[in-house]
Amino acid sequence: MQLTGSEILLECLMEQGVDTIFGYPGGAVLNIYDALAKYPNNIRHILPSHEQGAAHAADGYARATGKVGVCLATSGPGATNLVTGIATAYMDSVPLVAITGNVPLSLLGKDSFQEVDIAGITMPITKHNFIVKDVKDLAEIVRKAFYIAQEGRPGPVLIDIPKDITAQKTEFQSAKPYQITRKTGTITDQAITRAIQLLKESRRPLIYAGGGVIQSGASAELCQFAERLNAPVSLSLMGLGGFPGTHPLFCGLIGMHGSKTSNLAATRCDLLIALGARFSDRVVSNVEKFAPEAKILHIDIDPAEINKNVQSYHYIIGDLKSTLKKLNEKLAQLELPETSEWQKQIEDWKLRFPLQYKDDSNLKPHYIIERIYALTEGEAVITTEVGQHQIWAAQYYKFDHPRTFISSGGLGTMGYGLGASIGAQIGRPDKRVFNIAGDGSFRMNCNELATAVEYQLPIIVVIMNNRALGMVRQWQDLFYDQRFSQSSIDRATDFVKLAEAYGAVGFNLTSKADVDTVLQQALAAKGPVVINCEIDQNDKVFPIVPPGAAIEDLMTE
Amino acid sequence: MSRHVISVLVDNQSGVLSRVAGLFSRRGYNIDSLSVGETENSQFSRMTIVVRGDDSTLEQIKKQLNKLIDVIKVVSLTSESSVYRELVLVKVAADDKTRAAINDIVDIFRAKIIDIAPKSLTIEITGDEPKIQAFIDLMKPYGIIEMARTGLTALQRGDLSITNNNNN
Repeated sequence: MQLTGSEILLECLMEQGVDTIFGYPGGAVLNIYDALAKYPNNIRHILPSHEQGAAHAADGYARATGKVGVCLATSGPGATNLVTGIATAYMDSVPLVAITGNVPLSLLGKDSFQEVDIAGITMPITKHNFIVKDVKDLAEIVRKAFYIAQEGRPGPVLIDIPKDITAQKTEFQSAKPYQITRKTGTITDQAITRAIQLLKESRRPLIYAGGGVIQSGASAELCQFAERLNAPVSLSLMGLGGFPGTHPLFCGLIGMHGSKTSNLAATRCDLLIALGARFSDRVVSNVEKFAPEAKILHIDIDPAEINKNVQSYHYIIGDLKSTLKKLNEKLAQLELPETSEWQKQIEDWKLRFPLQYKDDSNLKPHYIIERIYALTEGEAVITTEVGQHQIWAAQYYKFDHPRTFISSGGLGTMGYGLGASIGAQIGRPDKRVFNIAGDGSFRMNCNELATAVEYQLPIIVVIMNNRALGMVRQWQDLFYDQRFSQSSIDRATDFVKLAEAYGAVGFNLTSKADVDTVLQQALAAKGPVVINCEIDQNDKVFPIVPPGAAIEDLMTE
Repeated sequence: MSRHVISVLVDNQSGVLSRVAGLFSRRGYNIDSLSVGETENSQFSRMTIVVRGDDSTLEQIKKQLNKLIDVIKVVSLTSESSVYRELVLVKVAADDKTRAAINDIVDIFRAKIIDIAPKSLTIEITGDEPKIQAFIDLMKPYGIIEMARTGLTALQRGDLSITNNNNN
């Protein structure tokens, strides 16, 4: 069958089971959009306000569903507008395929109108990228891109397609997608036996789990593993939802904004079991003082993560779910050592150092999050922007299910959340989606409210409005002698009117007594809602580990 | 910081050099030299990269290289088990008085004079690093006008090739 490059692209997307793409048209992708008009029933196209929104939406869609997110943009500025979104996905290992148009082959390299070397620009922020130079290669490149995005440690892949390729015709034959298999070849019996030996010897084990648990779908196996060992579980920000937040063994976040229990446990444990986590500086803080008494058992799919930031005592490379299954099988038949003293110690820390805030009559962000948790019975999908509100959401909403906390962990992208919430809501129409935001972050990409209204997505945006760049202000307050340089953003913006201008519903929330009423009204609304919560500038995120300190030396007020 | 020679088999594709070079620069690895060319199979190229770093840096470099989709195989080539060669072109100032003496040194080093001019000689020399360095040191007093080096290239000794070498 003779098809144009544009048709081949769409056929290949359908081969991969893609039913939704997030894109923005432009000159270099006119042919693709023309073809798209002929396939309206097969692929749903979501048009955001800005290409960055498309990239974040595709990312949010991928995180919420576990499928590959797809975004599409034109050449030049369309392509560069995707860059922040691609980098965000790269840092958090999100499977994404980004498709960009480019100027025709004959104009490449000539500084043509809207030409940019997007393959060059995205080289350090993609797992791989392609420039299609022959229409005959297109189908295979798309199939490879989807394979690479999902295989092993997932990540974004970019395909740059010159305009003439999208018009040229060639023979097309459909094919099945490359099968994604779990990476188990490297999980040797020897490695398992040695790990079991360490587990058998440990009197003070701590599990530190990250985003790999969610990527691998290993939550049930992790639960079984932790319960069998009776080991406390701390999570990185990316790991939230991978282990139930309401589980008695759960100790909270670990690291910079970790619970005191997690951070003390990491410092005192004799075995740190890192599962699908990468010892980011936000977890480790001071490497020399991190887990000083522990042997580190590191289990990860990416060999390059082993011994990158901390030295491990033993490691297993491979799919986490498969590894945990093997360990669980072995553990079932074993006598495990007595660890009741350690469990008592953990319980004691939890009682003495609970996560807490000063709950007075004022409107507190922590309280708002707690009420969202209560009213949604823990079943909502929470996306966040980046800053104080992000950490409050991570601390005070108890995430029991994987893929329900969607946040830019590695890159820390302000402006990520609204786009991500759109993708998440489209991917999970059965779920209530909240985007927890700050006034600074929300203002960065609030144009996507137009998109949420257009598609009548019942997203609830909760702006923790402290009229400041709160996290910056907090650092200036604690570590820069209160020189509040450029962190005050007490602007005249009326977020309720802004919401209404976009066609959304807006609420002002100023008193604690109104929290439930407003949230219930928001939950009852049909389309998107913005709740502007007026909170105090001096509300801070605690605990916090000061820069360069050991994680046990955290400030709790 | 010790010197390591890494041999990298890659897909012979446009962009692969920039992927590898970009990886080194953004992760802060120091490259002493990098040489690249097609292999016996035109589908593949082989890069020989000389880097400086401790063992953990070397381990990271190899792991990060292995994550690149275009990279097929990465091996370390140790000096005991490998042959290293580099080709250098040296243009040395030479007149009637010095030409014979330079020629003697060229002979001893089994180098070659490939161009001759009234005031200079251009010499081609191949060898491993100590030999090249010794030759350059001997040429310096005559006045090196300019010099071009290919960078080190290397192969493992014996019957093994990069594709059946599991010692990476």
